[in-house]
Amino acid sequence: MSEALLIVAHGSHLNPKSSAPAQDHADAIRVSGAVDEVREAYWKEEPSLRNALRTVSADEVYVVPLFVSEGYFTEEVLPRELRLEFDADDWDSDGTNADVAACRPADVDKTVHYCGPVGTHDAMTDVVVRRAETVTGDPEVGDGVGLAVVGHGTKRNENSAKAVEYHADRVRDRGRFDEVHALFMDEEPEIDDVTDHFESDDVVVVPLFIADGYHTQEDIPADMGIADDAGGYAVPTRLDGHDIWYAGAIGTEALMADVILERAADAGAAIDRGPGNRTPTPAADGD
Amino acid sequence: MVDTDAPTPAEALCEAARDGVDFDGLRAARTPDGFRLAVPEAEYADLSAAAFVEAARTHRAYVDNWLFWHATAPQAAAEWAFLRWLERADERSVPERDDRLADGCTREWGQIAVTVRLDDGRRRYALRHADETDADPETLSTYADPHEARRLRKVDDDGDYRPLSTAPTLPGGWAFTDLDATAVVRAVDGFYPATIANWHREREGDLDVTHWHDAVSRQTGIYGVVRTWDRGEGHDHVNWVAEACCADSQCLKRREWEYDDETPLDVAGGDGVFPCREPCSLVIATARTWTRLESERPRTYAFDLTPSEKAQIEEIVDAVADGRVDGVRDGDTSDGANRFRARFLRAKLFDDDGNLCGVPTDAEVE
Repeated sequence: MSEALLIVAHGSHLNPKSSAPAQDHADAIRVSGAVDEVREAYWKEEPSLRNALRTVSADEVYVVPLFVSEGYFTEEVLPRELRLEFDADDWDSDGTNADVAACRPADVDKTVHYCGPVGTHDAMTDVVVRRAETVTGDPEVGDGVGLAVVGHGTKRNENSAKAVEYHADRVRDRGRFDEVHALFMDEEPEIDDVTDHFESDDVVVVPLFIADGYHTQEDIPADMGIADDAGGYAVPTRLDGHDIWYAGAIGTEALMADVILERAADAGAAIDRGPGNRTPTPAADGD
Repeated sequence: MVDTDAPTPAEALCEAARDGVDFDGLRAARTPDGFRLAVPEAEYADLSAAAFVEAARTHRAYVDNWLFWHATAPQAAAEWAFLRWLERADERSVPERDDRLADGCTREWGQIAVTVRLDDGRRRYALRHADETDADPETLSTYADPHEARRLRKVDDDGDYRPLSTAPTLPGGWAFTDLDATAVVRAVDGFYPATIANWHREREGDLDVTHWHDAVSRQTGIYGVVRTWDRGEGHDHVNWVAEACCADSQCLKRREWEYDDETPLDVAGGDGVFPCREPCSLVIATARTWTRLESERPRTYAFDLTPSEKAQIEEIVDAVADGRVDGVRDGDTSDGANRFRARFLRAKLFDDDGNLCGVPTDAEVE
């Protein structure tokens, strides 16, 4: 039975960078040969979610949402637009452990394995750590360093914060960083007071966002107070006696491609992860 | 590397003849008396397998054509049909097609020119912007990976983001010069996602059109408000949306959706090759803006304008709506959308708060 991976992402009518992570990870997976057929689809770009499944040749399609948390998009918008008979109860999730539900789409004769979002997969914790390594340029980063995992946070969806706290807890449990905190844009504890939360001189800030855009490039740097006059920010930026290493959206990290594949593999996809078929990233600090 | 054990095209046909072949003028079958082979120019019967292979070799063009469409071309129905459409396979005989393919056969798909060529017996495909078919190859950047197409369409020639792939603003300057049948489909789908699939559905008579009313009715979240614009009080508002967003000057898809399945819109759907099967996300997002704006009640404002000033305001709206502002020359003061003409109008008629003729936008209605 032929299999395909369909990466579904938000996309944007305004920001050309919004779809870059989905495209880049799709390309990396395609080049790795891990899956025969790799496609993308978007809520705001093309192919649209409504037209995506008909562009796929395979009979079995593993749909992996490139979203940070479980909620309105993963539970309502994506399945509706993909025309899946799906109920969020099918995932039987507490907000961070959605796995997969098998569905029959209404418009094509295929089986869709609708997976939980990448953001809540355990492997995402490795990406948080990897992001800290890449932004500091230190593969051993952790000792004497604080780590802030930053989420949007919204009172409308408690799962938004849960995903951020979940990974912050998991990184903390590894004991690699001196301090680990989950901080938010729109709820307490807020990113505005980032230095209040850390004793460490060096603080790595990793925003749990898929794409770089207004939130990660303007909002969060401005909220923290590291934005410069030119609309950018220096890495690191000296702030209140700390060096702030701001990483930008985690979704652009190359290791994300592995999380996408983990999601599909967990759902039963025959991922070819032979020695030559792993996405080209160094070994992660996995558990 | 040549696989010497692989069957020749004639041998492959001999094998397939056991189940019967009838394709593009080539017929082959196995009968109790031996093999039969027929092409429009000749017919053979009672052949041994060896004689069949020999006869097939003398009609190589038909055999190669059969083999390409059954072994080399992607065996997915939509992609197969698209590749056949490219070379007008259903309109031309095999010899006529081969003759034309030797020189290259080009068809346009949106703003892409797709050329298929028979090169040493193999079909090779090339893509260019339709406006650049005669361009010097040295002036174009050549790409080999068909997946690059979806990156090439991201911005227009001015570097502006193109969220709608089928906007008639595809940039130029690129060329795919040597793609195989599988790759050319991927590249075309990269430039114009899902157009091949929906075009094929339409040809097969099963395009699943979602009309405006149903598309709006399923919206939720911040787009759910669009439903309030659709209260069954006629469909003029949808005519205006389609005229604004879906005309050929704005999108190359041919609109097939209407207000609902009993109420066609009053504006033309366009002449595009590929269909549009439902209001797209840009239309829905824009409709959300109009839902808010159109909830306002009209008021009567009084402005004193000269006839030329009224005409100039209309000309400016037209210039913006037709996207020709950038083409208005600074020296052409006969054009109402000329920058100096517009600045003069503003200097004369706007007050310090930007109100036309000093009339406040939100003044209490008397």
